[in-house]
Amino acid sequence: MSDELYQRAILDRAKSPAHAGRLEAPDATATVDNPLCGDRVTIDLKLDGDRVADVGHHVRGCALCQASASVLAEAAIGQNAADIKAARDQLKSMLGGSDAPGRPWQELGIFTPVRRYKSRHECVLLPFDALSQALGSPKSS
Amino acid sequence: MTFDPSAVRAQFPIFAGANGTALHYLDNAATSQMPRAVLDAIVAFETTSRANVLRGVHRLAEAATEAYDQARRRVARYANVPAEEIVFTSGTTGSLNLVARAFGDTLSAGDEVVVSGIEHHSNLVPWQMLRDRRGVVLKILPVTDDGRLDVSALDRTLTPRCRLVAVTHASNVSGAVTDVAPIAAAAREVGAKVLLDGAQRAPHGPIDIPALGVDFYAFSGHKMFGPTGIGVLWARRAILEAMPPFLGGGEMIRTVTLEKATWADVPHKFEAGTPPIAQAIGLGAAAEWLMRLDWPSVTAHEMRLTQRVLDGLSGVSGCRVIGPSGLQGRVPVVSFTLEGAHPHDICQILDSHGVALRGGHHCAQPFMDRLGVTGTTRASLALYNSEDDVDALVHGLTRAAAQLQ
Repeated sequence: MSDELYQRAILDRAKSPAHAGRLEAPDATATVDNPLCGDRVTIDLKLDGDRVADVGHHVRGCALCQASASVLAEAAIGQNAADIKAARDQLKSMLGGSDAPGRPWQELGIFTPVRRYKSRHECVLLPFDALSQALGSPKSS
Repeated sequence: MTFDPSAVRAQFPIFAGANGTALHYLDNAATSQMPRAVLDAIVAFETTSRANVLRGVHRLAEAATEAYDQARRRVARYANVPAEEIVFTSGTTGSLNLVARAFGDTLSAGDEVVVSGIEHHSNLVPWQMLRDRRGVVLKILPVTDDGRLDVSALDRTLTPRCRLVAVTHASNVSGAVTDVAPIAAAAREVGAKVLLDGAQRAPHGPIDIPALGVDFYAFSGHKMFGPTGIGVLWARRAILEAMPPFLGGGEMIRTVTLEKATWADVPHKFEAGTPPIAQAIGLGAAAEWLMRLDWPSVTAHEMRLTQRVLDGLSGVSGCRVIGPSGLQGRVPVVSFTLEGAHPHDICQILDSHGVALRGGHHCAQPFMDRLGVTGTTRASLALYNSEDDVDALVHGLTRAAAQLQ
């Protein structure tokens, strides 16, 4: 049953997302849309060299997208473009059935129930695409 | 005649196939289910008469052509128009693109086409493409707060340069049925033609197209209990004859030399290539099946259920209905928002209660912008739905609200 999709961990994240809101004077910004559902994620970044120093986000989307942005915003701090790309690839593999990633991305494990709902994978991946785009790295497949 | 909803529902194998799992199918505005009569017609054609149409002289070809022609006659009866004015297309989108090309390419720069702010993308994007191709001016009829076309704006929107008013007959989002008479009258006054997108109207009973006073009418098979991949464009014979063909190829020609071709008579002029024959036959069977129903009773049933939806939603905390609040001038399509909950999350949770809904922008992003929402959740009913389906919706929504809010 899909009620299990909306476990406490995801709903708590979605209802009080970390780093929600736009940053003042960000070093980088990107907005991406999911053309299928009209969801939209904007990510603002403060950078320290090539590494993420702070994250702000505005999500117009579902609980999965909100929760994903929240987890991402916390875990991305201190990471560079290659780290984010690797994390996105791990998240995508996890949604395809692989194990959840290790530190600092272990909390992405809350999205394992999304595996069965292929139409919702994009909801979880969208914030990662926005952050990667903000860092100027090409979106991975 | 009477109408027994449970007897009608029993004619739809998908509900029997649910194997004890509840199936409360309330996504009929996207695609409706097919009754046994339609499935049987398709299987009968494919197993006894399958051949190409209009050209062959062998037995199967004759049978296939007769079945295809019969489908056209059946659809024509449903729409109360002559059969030779029924053009089979791939669906409403195909029909609208046909008009945007065949009729649209007869327009000149500066000519005006009027659509509305409530349209499905399929009745907006082809006109935007025409504007960019031909330099016609695209004007928008505004939308009222309860999700209807604002007919009071007709006078200031339609000018003598207007050539076509292309609007929905019933909204796929709000369920509002368009008040066609003032639109047809205003268009006539400036010499413009009127096109109705009837995709959402067609499943809710036979259509008296001549009584509407319009020039083009488009609808889809799969929303009126027929197959996907088949739809209809109707236009008066004189209009069809005046329009150049859209697609070129087989079936639509009279003679072809290496230099040029002449066209077949309407409607074949607009049916290039082998048509979706089984799908057309399925649609014909659906039209025939629908014609046998007692429509005053069916409409009463649909409206009773719609009222039950509206009443149920009013008891769910944070729920707001988008569109008409009552039963006047509407089809049984109800959109709503739930405070603090995204439509896709609502639909996912409702799916776990066996309720099939649609959430999102419903291919009507400008309408969403006008309403100030990013999307809605939509319950769309058909004649086979029951009180049980509505109650499952309301129960599931109450649960979803508690979870998500």
